[in-house]
Amino acid sequence: MEVTPNKHIAHSAHDDAHGHADGHHDHDHDHDDNFWSKYIFTTDHKMIAKQFLNTAIFMAFLAMFMSLIFRMQLAWPDAKIPFLEDIIGKWGKDGKLDPGFYLALVTIHGTIMVFFVLTGGLSGTFSNLLIPLQVGARDMASGFLNALSFWFFALSSVVMLISLGVESGPASGGWTVYPPLSALPQAIPGSGLGMTLWLISMVLFIASSLLGGINYITTVLNLRTKGMMMTRLPLTIWAFFITAILGVLSFPVLLAASLLLVFDRSFGTSFYLSDIFIDGAPLDHAGGSPILFQHLFWFLGHPEVYIVLLPALGLASEVISVNSRKPIFGYKAMIGSMLVIAFLSFVVWGHHMFITGMNPFLGSVFVFTTLLVAIPSAVKVFNYITTLWKGNIQFTPQMLFGIGLVSTFITGGLTGIILGDSALDINIHDTYFVVAHFHIVMGSSAIFGMFAGVYHWFPRMYGRMMNKKLGYIHFWLTLIGLYGTFFPMHFLGLAGLPRRYYAFTSYESFDALININHIVTVFAIIGGLSQLIFLFNFYYSMRYGKKSVQNPWKANTLEWTAPIEHLHGNWPGALPEVHRWPYDYSKPGAPEDFIPQTVPFSETPESNTPHDQ
Amino acid sequence: MNILLILAVVFGTLVLVRLANVAAIASKLSEENEAAEQESANRWNSIGMLTFLIVGLITMFYLINAYSPLMLPVSASEHGVAIDNLMSVNWIVLIITFLITQILLFFFAFKYKFNKNRRSFYFYDNNKLEAIWTIIPTVVLAALIVTGMREWNDITNKSDKMEGLKIQIYAKQFVFTTRYTGADKNLGKTNFRLITDANPIGVDSTDKASADDIISNELVMPKGGEIELVINSRDVIHSVYLPHFRVQMNAVPGMTTRFFFKPTMTTVEMQKETKNPKFEYVMLCNKVCGVAHYNMKMPVRVVEMDEYNKWLKSQPLVFPLATDSTTAAPTATIAAATTVLK
Repeated sequence: MEVTPNKHIAHSAHDDAHGHADGHHDHDHDHDDNFWSKYIFTTDHKMIAKQFLNTAIFMAFLAMFMSLIFRMQLAWPDAKIPFLEDIIGKWGKDGKLDPGFYLALVTIHGTIMVFFVLTGGLSGTFSNLLIPLQVGARDMASGFLNALSFWFFALSSVVMLISLGVESGPASGGWTVYPPLSALPQAIPGSGLGMTLWLISMVLFIASSLLGGINYITTVLNLRTKGMMMTRLPLTIWAFFITAILGVLSFPVLLAASLLLVFDRSFGTSFYLSDIFIDGAPLDHAGGSPILFQHLFWFLGHPEVYIVLLPALGLASEVISVNSRKPIFGYKAMIGSMLVIAFLSFVVWGHHMFITGMNPFLGSVFVFTTLLVAIPSAVKVFNYITTLWKGNIQFTPQMLFGIGLVSTFITGGLTGIILGDSALDINIHDTYFVVAHFHIVMGSSAIFGMFAGVYHWFPRMYGRMMNKKLGYIHFWLTLIGLYGTFFPMHFLGLAGLPRRYYAFTSYESFDALININHIVTVFAIIGGLSQLIFLFNFYYSMRYGKKSVQNPWKANTLEWTAPIEHLHGNWPGALPEVHRWPYDYSKPGAPEDFIPQTVPFSETPESNTPHDQ
Repeated sequence: MNILLILAVVFGTLVLVRLANVAAIASKLSEENEAAEQESANRWNSIGMLTFLIVGLITMFYLINAYSPLMLPVSASEHGVAIDNLMSVNWIVLIITFLITQILLFFFAFKYKFNKNRRSFYFYDNNKLEAIWTIIPTVVLAALIVTGMREWNDITNKSDKMEGLKIQIYAKQFVFTTRYTGADKNLGKTNFRLITDANPIGVDSTDKASADDIISNELVMPKGGEIELVINSRDVIHSVYLPHFRVQMNAVPGMTTRFFFKPTMTTVEMQKETKNPKFEYVMLCNKVCGVAHYNMKMPVRVVEMDEYNKWLKSQPLVFPLATDSTTAAPTATIAAATTVLK
């Protein structure tokens, strides 16, 4: 399969297949060596994927660093943190973290992690990389919109970074930015310019997400190669496809919520504000409801959880199947459960609002729908476990992260059953129990999925292999770091410890819990430092890693049939044709333990079942 | 504590040093070694899986045991006991599920490590299995949903049925204030435009019901009283959180929220229960409300009914100086007015 890339062939083939789509590819390859057209204003999906990934890695380290600062504050509230003033200036005078800046840190940490890392970084990277490659397309349906999607994302990141430097501080009302706190600069300094920038950044982010999502959906529906029926799509593609639909349906609602908040803040409207007396004077806003914002926010906010999680589950499905050398168990049930989860995600948002004063009857409805989510989730978990059963497991780093994902998905998913039960939620709402729950089920699982994806598809992205040994060390320290950080938080929450508190020093009843906070912070530091291993491995291997072979993991999907060298249009000759589903691993009778999707049944009489063809 | 910090830094440095070594060694490895290397990696990582499972589970049960004294004491309210029971039932179901799934996951990962002389079992679908793990969770969840909803309805439906002992909790940035009813058992209306330094919660003095209202900066409740918390905020969203009573409800500007409950243990009884003579109930703000959010709290006491009545008499009226105005009628008149209203 060693094919010398021939760009002219690639392009003529491309134009044959998608002559309607664009003429700009011809233009592009004339400038292949130009830094700007190759790395910056590229419309190539593989390069855009790398742009997303590298931006997300930067943002992730920033947000993780923030979390280490506030974790140290929580564990050692009286200690002076050395160098703090050098890093964050006036907010860390004499090594003491400012209480207002503490809130800013948790807010921006949450915002960056949820949106910039686990939405932009995860979907942006892998949808871009894998959708065209795995469905057998030359590129995304619109390369230009795709590039635009990244540049909106980059711009949005820049605005968010700028907001860290404004004098009154960045947004600090929590990543959920509930008004009136987020609407009134009198209530908290971060609701001044910092909040304005936060909103601008989010609007840009939403634009990026929508441009990306529309492209992903269109590409999956329209640009599948010959033979690639929907029922032959790898589960990764199904996951990205469903995720994109969720995003396109829910992000506009966040945009609406944000715009109304902008109006309330700047133009004197009263969508969310009513009966407010602050700073010694009553405000003129009348008739609004802060609860309205929560409804709008969580109408996005809950699907957002699955926008984060589903791509990770999709990546894990592929990685676990490939490395178990075994078909994923229950392919159709996996797709079905993702569809059910996606549908349910739109009718469960009220479980974030049980104790806001929302009508209790509505609360009951949301308990019902919320707990239903556990059923498709259980199906997925058992299918993963059955995939491992009687498998032949290659412990590559991505496989370890895949297994780690299933473990955290179970642990965090189960505590969701408690939080989704309104009666039980009363006493643990907004405590560390919630922090533990979502960091395990959504944070850890999604980041594990992302790591699995990076280790697995790094050769596809950079043509080189990441170092496995460093990968193993990275995995085990991360797994231990994450469980050590987030598991003890359940106890903090059950003891009634509220989240978003700068310190607990004025509550005698919480004094005994400081030991747990020490443990949490130490493990957070371990987990955080171990990410440096990944960082080193990632950038070192990009340059000096061992050269990859074309199909290093002996996988079936189409991306491994394309040459290692990146070229516009992906395949030098005609597009590959697909003849079978992507999970023919260890098929009885076959000489190898994998049969790529491009191999027709006519070539494999020895392994065909009556079922086939 | 600084020792821990130092330890963490030392540990981190060691990791980085080790890392550099590993990278150096790894780069020397040639391709022939790759298969052998992967075999050894498979062995160590599969053992790692089993070890993580065992050590993890032992640690988990150790922590549950070690931290149980730090958890909230027995609930000091009637519905709280029911919530705690429901929580226990949930935990049993969840821990069993947790054990089954995690043990299968890590054990299979341990057991089925790669062996080049073996093939995976080509097993991709089985409707019976899928049905089993769709139906069993459905049945279990149905039970959890039904019991949970019943409890929720018991807690929240009271607002329609009962007339409680009304206590207003009024939140503003970083201070809670309470307001109690006088003999008329009703709270006077409030309006945020009437807020002044002397009238911090904007009670409407033209409302007859407000004349005997009592204001305080602590929450004192009679044991066994049917309490109706009437919750308001004047600036941003706050949350009234009484962890010892399993009570939480947001305070939202522009609307009134309520929570009904019945305290069952006095502070003194709870001090005996927890064997901590200094134990005090506390009310915390549990919705981020500004820079000093972490210090927004109010002392809470539960006392016997007669002590409560005595305490209430000692607290100031909302309009203490208004005896000569038309709105603040003598107590007898208020009592009469209340009778008429009923």
